[in-house]
Amino acid sequence: MKKFLFILTLTLVLAGLFTATTVFAQGGVTDDEVNAIAKQLYCPVCENTPLDVCPTEACRQWRELIRLQLSEGMTEAQIKQYFVDNYGARVLAEPPRTGLHWLIYILPPIFILGGAFILFNSFRAWTKPQSVEAGTGGESGAASSSPERDEYVARFEEELKKRK
Amino acid sequence: MTETTTPKRGVPLWAQITIWVFLAGLLVLVGVTLGKRQQGTVQPGDAIPDFTLPLFSGYEYEGKSEVKLSDFRGRVVVLNFWASWCKPCEQEAAELEEAWLFYEPSGEVMFLGADYVDTEPEARSYLKKFSITYPNGPDMGTKISQMFRIRGVPETYFIDQNGALYYVKVGPFTSVNEIKTLVEQKLP
Amino acid sequence: MIAEFGFGVLVVSFIVTMYSGIAAVYGAMNKSAALVESARRAQLLTFPLLTLSSLVLIYLLVNNRFDVAFAYEVTSRSMPTYLKVTAWWGGQAGSLLFWSWLLAVFTSAVTLRKWDRDIEFLPWVILVSSITLTFFLGMIVFFENPFTRFWLVNGSVAPSMFAPSAAATVFTPADGQGLNPLLRHPGMVIHPPMLYLGFVAYVIPFAFAIAALATGRTDDRWTRITRRWSLWAWLFLSFGLVLGGRWAYDVLGWGGYWGWDPVEIAAFMPWLTGTAFLHSVMIQEKRGMLKQWNMILIILTYALVIFGTFLTRSGVLSSVHAFANSPIGPFFMGFVTLTLVSSVALLIWRWPLLQSETEMKSMLSREALFLLNNLLFMSILVVCFWGVIYPLISELATGQKVTVGPPYYERATGPLFAGLLFLMAVAPLSAWGHSTLQTLGRAIWKSSAAAAVVTVFLTITYTQNIYALVGFFLVALVLFATGHEFWRGATARQKAQGENFFTALANLMGRNRRRYGGYIIHISMALMAIGILGIEIFQKETQGTLAAGEELNIAGYTIQYRELASWNSPGEGVNYTRAVVDVYENGVYLGQLAPRVDYYYDAQQNMTIPGQRSTLRDDLYILLVDWQPVSSISATFKIYVNPLVNWLWIGSILFLFGVIFAAWPDKDPADEPVRHRAVRDNRQASAAD
Repeated sequence: MKKFLFILTLTLVLAGLFTATTVFAQGGVTDDEVNAIAKQLYCPVCENTPLDVCPTEACRQWRELIRLQLSEGMTEAQIKQYFVDNYGARVLAEPPRTGLHWLIYILPPIFILGGAFILFNSFRAWTKPQSVEAGTGGESGAASSSPERDEYVARFEEELKKRK
Repeated sequence: MTETTTPKRGVPLWAQITIWVFLAGLLVLVGVTLGKRQQGTVQPGDAIPDFTLPLFSGYEYEGKSEVKLSDFRGRVVVLNFWASWCKPCEQEAAELEEAWLFYEPSGEVMFLGADYVDTEPEARSYLKKFSITYPNGPDMGTKISQMFRIRGVPETYFIDQNGALYYVKVGPFTSVNEIKTLVEQKLP
Repeated sequence: MIAEFGFGVLVVSFIVTMYSGIAAVYGAMNKSAALVESARRAQLLTFPLLTLSSLVLIYLLVNNRFDVAFAYEVTSRSMPTYLKVTAWWGGQAGSLLFWSWLLAVFTSAVTLRKWDRDIEFLPWVILVSSITLTFFLGMIVFFENPFTRFWLVNGSVAPSMFAPSAAATVFTPADGQGLNPLLRHPGMVIHPPMLYLGFVAYVIPFAFAIAALATGRTDDRWTRITRRWSLWAWLFLSFGLVLGGRWAYDVLGWGGYWGWDPVEIAAFMPWLTGTAFLHSVMIQEKRGMLKQWNMILIILTYALVIFGTFLTRSGVLSSVHAFANSPIGPFFMGFVTLTLVSSVALLIWRWPLLQSETEMKSMLSREALFLLNNLLFMSILVVCFWGVIYPLISELATGQKVTVGPPYYERATGPLFAGLLFLMAVAPLSAWGHSTLQTLGRAIWKSSAAAAVVTVFLTITYTQNIYALVGFFLVALVLFATGHEFWRGATARQKAQGENFFTALANLMGRNRRRYGGYIIHISMALMAIGILGIEIFQKETQGTLAAGEELNIAGYTIQYRELASWNSPGEGVNYTRAVVDVYENGVYLGQLAPRVDYYYDAQQNMTIPGQRSTLRDDLYILLVDWQPVSSISATFKIYVNPLVNWLWIGSILFLFGVIFAAWPDKDPADEPVRHRAVRDNRQASAAD
């Protein structure tokens, strides 16, 4: 069986190299089908470079393995699982959602929500005292009764004078 | 100045503690990682934790489809990391096999091949090409290579009868004698 | 001899820098102006010293001095001279010297300014820059010396600065290894200097911030002095990032410009905080608010510069870009710790002094929207930082490495970038201090309507992808709203001054360069967003092996393989393999493209050069993946169609223009009177102007 597999790989590699449009090759798996899966995998030999574009020999072999597995009828999920089992979770583009790895998905939203909460609270703290001293404060508050467009032009002219 | 109207408040204690804990945690994390990177591979003298190497069919050991390092207490273990895509590995493949054949009858030395980031069909043709007979198997999940913190392939680790590392060879061997000399160090 | 001379100069500058720092702090403590002046002169001296040392290194590189280990590693006989010069920053040791030289340039420039009104800052600015420089020079002198030579001792070759023994002789290899081919691309020749310029230039605002903390003079003087510095630093950093993207697109051969690689992110993080700082510092100038926050941001920016440099150069991060394992790790770690701990401690100590009266009249005022913008930038930073750090945690906790790649970053930052685009459209329309939903709505409804029309048009003609449509809507909103601002300003001025429209526009922009420069930058960002949306959402690719005359089809294009040739160019030390393909679009012949693979003998490395056809609508990007070496019968091609990606580059050129427009010095910024402390003060001051 294994020997047969090997011969099959060889045939497929050769087929891949010599047939023009591999779509029509017998039992053919196109480069595009291989790349669609390879794109989502990362080979440890060239770190942080997706498998579909990594030029090393090891990665070329991986792509051929995907081709072989596709021709055997394995699904995308099965192939990915095979690679995880054989080479570890690092082959995936992001950590699997299990155990400790949940941290990477949970922590940023918590921080962002925390930041938003702090900002919102500060807004409220900053706006509240304002209502008390509103009488002393706002020169722009006085202008707000006039129509917006005029206010804009007025503000603008004022600024122009200032800039001269 | 407007600033004087607001009461001067320092950073609350809880915030200070959080900041320092976070900063310390970050520095420790980075420092420990840096330490790990700097120390390189496991060093001679380190006790090697037990690990399990599954074996390729046809390359089993005494009928078992996986072996543990602890199975070989009392023997010198030569653990070789290789890959079929690795050109320098080919330079030493025949030498390793020759050394294995030399020591196999005595039962004092064990050779193991761990296949690093490789595909099975290619690995098989490599083993066949160099007529390798000692137990060989894939480094599943790159767990063993990460444990040894290997820098690349080929790398060979010499482990003594008590499970402690005593020599690391980075790069290919140039002769059978080189391997033999290293093995003999721990043979009576 | 000359190598020893270069090293000697280096050691002297190391000592001089160290003296300058000690003299500065001692002078500040004892109120000794003479000592501070001596520190200042010592600081100035580092520039000619390091220039001299660098020139020596360049001389060694250009003259094939392969007995010098660094020259051996990064140059070879076949390299043209200009590449031998740029090899200066092509390796760890040289690039550290380059970094130090840039730092000396900047600190000299800043110590030459007029200090009369800020003399109390001077010793602290000198101290911060000299600590940084001392540390970088220390790394060079003790760990990564570019002047180290090869010595032959008892038949074996060892690198060493001085003869290891009396019997040792200098060993000169016949040829060098040559620069990594990836670094020989013109984009790569200027990408690192730009990045380093950006990194190093942030030392100056940071030094002033620390000086402000140390002296307790925490008004907005330090932000006024460093305003242009931070703008220039930001320009270089941004441009460095863009150039890096362009370089990746042209030589890395993966059809993209940004791979969310940890090293890329390490350079991106200071950009995020730097951008947030540029915005929030305006709130401080206009409203006297957020002094604490601005201090945090500038410290964070510098800390991220140092931290990112550390991660990439110490070997902590593993990446295609990262430098190999290096002995500088622990020393650098010490500096990172010193920087982080001392700035955080200073900040906490001076926190009460940085308090400012904060008044917020409306959650829709410009300052409120700027704060929201800061929140988004910080959120992107959190996502990036966590993505870079998490693999380290995972590796320590579980012993297994993980990859945190593009899906994580794209998912997490996509909505945040969309939020930034939205703010980019809205914030310029809101007023300082006061805006209501009504005034804001009135200001934006026309632009929104126009953007909606564009979006409907795109839905009918171009795409039904909802993410793309949201993105295009936001881009259109930014373009219309910002364009409207130009128009509104110009017509208002036209009315007030009686000028014609274009004179009015030119005067308007000229008189308020920072604001309109900022708007130009916003427009450029929107254009870049078009390119990013295009490649992220609409990129198509196919791969296939063709015999001569056969075709591949993709997105309306037909690629027909014609021929392939392979030849040696001994002068350059390169083997070229070049395929020629005919390109048709819907049957119409467009021309030929020639994807290449260059093999560099000295570095034993391939470089894949795509055949590109670039239009405003899309890029056709063809890679030669594989070929039959002997017969040349067939070749494998990978073809990408990258829609709209050109807008990314167009946007970046406009961006460059916008920042230079905003940052170009008109007069010494230090001469500007201290004003606009708050709008109230501003009004009074303007009456006095």
